[in-house]
Amino acid sequence: MNLKPWMAAAVIGLAGSAFAQDDSTLSIDGEEFVTETEAPAHLENVSTIYSGWRFRTPETQALQVDDFDNPAMIFVDQALDLFQQVDGTEGKSCASCHTDGPEEFAGLHAKMPKVVDGKLMVMEELINTHRQDAMGAEPWKWSGADMQAMVALIGLQSRGMPMNVAIDGDAAPFWEKGKEIYYTRYGQLELSCSNCHEDNYGNMIRADHLSQGMINGFPTYRLKQAKLISRHNRFRGCIRDTRAETFAEGSDEFKALELYVASRANGLDIETPAVRQ
Amino acid sequence: MKHVIGVGCAVALAGTIVWAEAVKPTDVVFEDGAVSVSLSGMPGDPANGAVLMNKGSGNCIACHAVDALSDLPFHGEVGPPLDGVADRWSEAELRGIVADAKKMFDGTMMPSFYRTEGFIRLGDAYTGKAFEGAEVQPLLTAQEIEDVVAFLVTLKEE
Repeated sequence: MNLKPWMAAAVIGLAGSAFAQDDSTLSIDGEEFVTETEAPAHLENVSTIYSGWRFRTPETQALQVDDFDNPAMIFVDQALDLFQQVDGTEGKSCASCHTDGPEEFAGLHAKMPKVVDGKLMVMEELINTHRQDAMGAEPWKWSGADMQAMVALIGLQSRGMPMNVAIDGDAAPFWEKGKEIYYTRYGQLELSCSNCHEDNYGNMIRADHLSQGMINGFPTYRLKQAKLISRHNRFRGCIRDTRAETFAEGSDEFKALELYVASRANGLDIETPAVRQ
Repeated sequence: MKHVIGVGCAVALAGTIVWAEAVKPTDVVFEDGAVSVSLSGMPGDPANGAVLMNKGSGNCIACHAVDALSDLPFHGEVGPPLDGVADRWSEAELRGIVADAKKMFDGTMMPSFYRTEGFIRLGDAYTGKAFEGAEVQPLLTAQEIEDVVAFLVTLKEE
């Protein structure tokens, strides 16, 4: 057989899996994940929500079943080192304050983005705020390797917990703004997020099987780009492909969109770091 | 507002010089979503139409399946299959749908291939940057619309 290395890994992963794996049941190292559930009450046009994992090919799906096969885990390991690494003028590492290790952040990802002191905060900002204020370190670039590895490491601590972002109270105006962006038809092709991911999930657009665009597995290892991809980077790619002027990573628009899109996945288990095509 | 008028004049001037016989995107007359006259003033080339179905800014099969093009991979499922489309629609209706499907089907997802106005955050092609030119080009030229329509009218089953 002339298998590419990642395909060979996938075959071994399948053979080595202790639990039966089919294309509608995701278990990672024996733990079952909710990849399909009733849509949250705020969703008007969809009754059932599905993880993006359900729309991928068996080969891609298999890469997420065993952490030894998951190419994202290399970056998570790097983030574990970064967590201990002293950086900045204060002579501190993450671990200097977070003495219980990354495990301290179990459950955090499930509630992000969230409003803190009137400001909508996403994970990347939380990390950079602490780097700058507590460590006196330079902020990391939004979609840079260090940043996304750390976002993945923190997200991993909540893996298997259901997404549960707040959309009411302080979050409501940000959520409304994100919803408006989700339904706006941008660019010369005049396409909104909803055109593909709400009205046409399950359909093929060219060679791509359209998912519901859920972000419960982000940052996700994208085989096409061979690295961890941030949520905002994926938003940017989609809007660019409508022949539109995109929003910037970290912009208020993408933060609001992230809150709204995260809320559409409320009830799905966190898969971070997922593997996608 | 002055700026918008200025751009309009530039479009009109360029249109007059380059496409002497083409109907400008802003001048297309739709009747119940249909366009009765050739946009280029010329007949379409069905062979080039078939090519446009699969590439460039046409790329029709990204969303529509077409049995006549089954040698090409990856036909989409977003829009209806186009087999027999000429049995269901007249040439004028097909021209109207390709030029601006939203005139026929309110709110349709189908892009408007011969329209140059009314976009939100119009970009510079697929760069993700803002469009900064003077004249917006439609996704397909007048002749390319005619070529695609000439191909579509060959799709008969009855």
